[in-house]
Amino acid sequence: MANMISDKTIDYVGILAKLELSPQEKEQAKKDMGRMLDYIDKLGELDTTGVEPMSHVFPVQNVFREDVVTNGDESKAALQNAPGMKQNMFKVPRTVE
Amino acid sequence: MSILSLTAVELSDKIKKGEIKVTQALDEVFAQIDAKEKQLNCYVTLEKEKAYAQAEEVQKKIDSGELTGPLAGVPFAIKDNMCTEGTLTTCSSKILENFVPTFTAEAVKNLEAAGAVIIGKTNMDEFAMGSTTETSYYGVTRNPHNPEHVPGGSSGGSAAAVAADECFAALGSDTGGSIRQPASFCGVVGMKPTYGTVSRYGLIAYGSSLDQIGPLTKDVRDCATILETIASHDSKDSTSIPRKDTDFTTALVDDVKGMRIGIPRDYFGEGLDPQVKEAVLAAAQVLKEKGAIVEEFDLSLVEYAIPTYYTIAAAEASSNLERFDGIKYGYRASEYEGLHHMYKKTRSEGFGPEVKRRIMLGSFVLSSGYYDAYYLKALRVKALIKKAFDEAFAKYDVILGPVAPTTAPKLGESLADPIKMYLGDIYTIAVNLAGLPGISLPCGKDEKGLPIGLQLIGDCFREKKLIRMAYSYEQSRGGRS
Repeated sequence: MANMISDKTIDYVGILAKLELSPQEKEQAKKDMGRMLDYIDKLGELDTTGVEPMSHVFPVQNVFREDVVTNGDESKAALQNAPGMKQNMFKVPRTVE
Repeated sequence: MSILSLTAVELSDKIKKGEIKVTQALDEVFAQIDAKEKQLNCYVTLEKEKAYAQAEEVQKKIDSGELTGPLAGVPFAIKDNMCTEGTLTTCSSKILENFVPTFTAEAVKNLEAAGAVIIGKTNMDEFAMGSTTETSYYGVTRNPHNPEHVPGGSSGGSAAAVAADECFAALGSDTGGSIRQPASFCGVVGMKPTYGTVSRYGLIAYGSSLDQIGPLTKDVRDCATILETIASHDSKDSTSIPRKDTDFTTALVDDVKGMRIGIPRDYFGEGLDPQVKEAVLAAAQVLKEKGAIVEEFDLSLVEYAIPTYYTIAAAEASSNLERFDGIKYGYRASEYEGLHHMYKKTRSEGFGPEVKRRIMLGSFVLSSGYYDAYYLKALRVKALIKKAFDEAFAKYDVILGPVAPTTAPKLGESLADPIKMYLGDIYTIAVNLAGLPGISLPCGKDEKGLPIGLQLIGDCFREKKLIRMAYSYEQSRGGRS
């Protein structure tokens, strides 16, 4: 396997991904990611010098509209699925001591 | 003749003529669901009461002449990644086990406006990540042609429900083949339209630049009719394209004379099951005999589509799935220490292994230091792949090939080796990268009696060529199988 994924890398990616992996899951993730990257490295065979990255297949532009409110008060609907709410707001764990 | 054997359009026709009541169609469908669902598990959620209430309303509107369209009164199933107001929408994930949307996806709204009756939400691979419907948190779906086999995925529940007459038609979504491949495995018709044709508003995003909603149906006429109904320009989806040529049913013409078909040699090489190959080439021969011009050619870059796709799709997924954090909706871990730990625990407990695998990979390829080498590289190769298709469509109206290298694998055979599973997407995935339309329709069965699918790929906005060719082929087989 060409791509050896270190514990440090997996821990770092775990922070980016906001995932807490068990020691077992970490080992599996190292293997899986290494294999996938080996596979993705195949793209290196292609010379893409001068090729623009294509994020969208059509030449789409940003869609603009006038800055006016078009919807009504949807706060009740927005909160309907909240795991925690208080006084018409999302309730989250304490963030500032 | 049983009501269940009718196509969606045939059923609606009889309803409008007063020969069948909408509630009668529902009675039949729910009786079939009662008989089959225990074994097949096509649905995550059924909405029997709501469906009957909706049926009464639709019947009134049909009787009063308000609803006259070709889908009025037809019972539909919707893939569980499309939001439905007041109906549980799980994406087949634990993290959305309690999510009841407060709005309805635009494509579903369009169907409802046409008088369709939504009966339930179909099972899928978790967040549409998979090709077997085995990664669902709510159990596997089984293939109606042989319950020891998978229905394909990720829209496996929708495809199986259509094949088992547990609905008359269904909506699915296709990010890398998720409509076409299960359609192929279950012996039904499935179509992914040109990117931007159907609004993605209310479709829970996986790979936003690749996702498209499309129909799974009993025949090509239903497919064209439903696509015509759900296609719309929507200001709520900034990638939605205004099109004037969405009258797809006008292409239901049995004539392929002079149409140019390209068969990519690189789709018929190593790894393709000989029985699939034989059936697909026989289909090409049928079209040739009907007057189409058939030629082999080299598409090129085929083996680069999968690594390109998994880089881009994983990157977009890692970003799209950041919203599942236990605050606004869905599952929240019960015990945690502080905000960040709550995020992490919620997500780790809420997502399954395949979803975590793709989020990890996506986070990695987007991370500083690797972004250029992986993510941008994939976007550059995507440009090359698009160019290869552009060159092919300068010569051909339609590209013809298999949908998948094999027929449906057995349950439990695919998940152990992710890369092997990903290789099964080889013929479908480039279509999404290039934003093209593609249709899958039945073209035979293998020795085990499992359906084989024929794939037709068109240039952007050329759905009508696909529909015309698919319809012509279906006609020469004596209608639907």
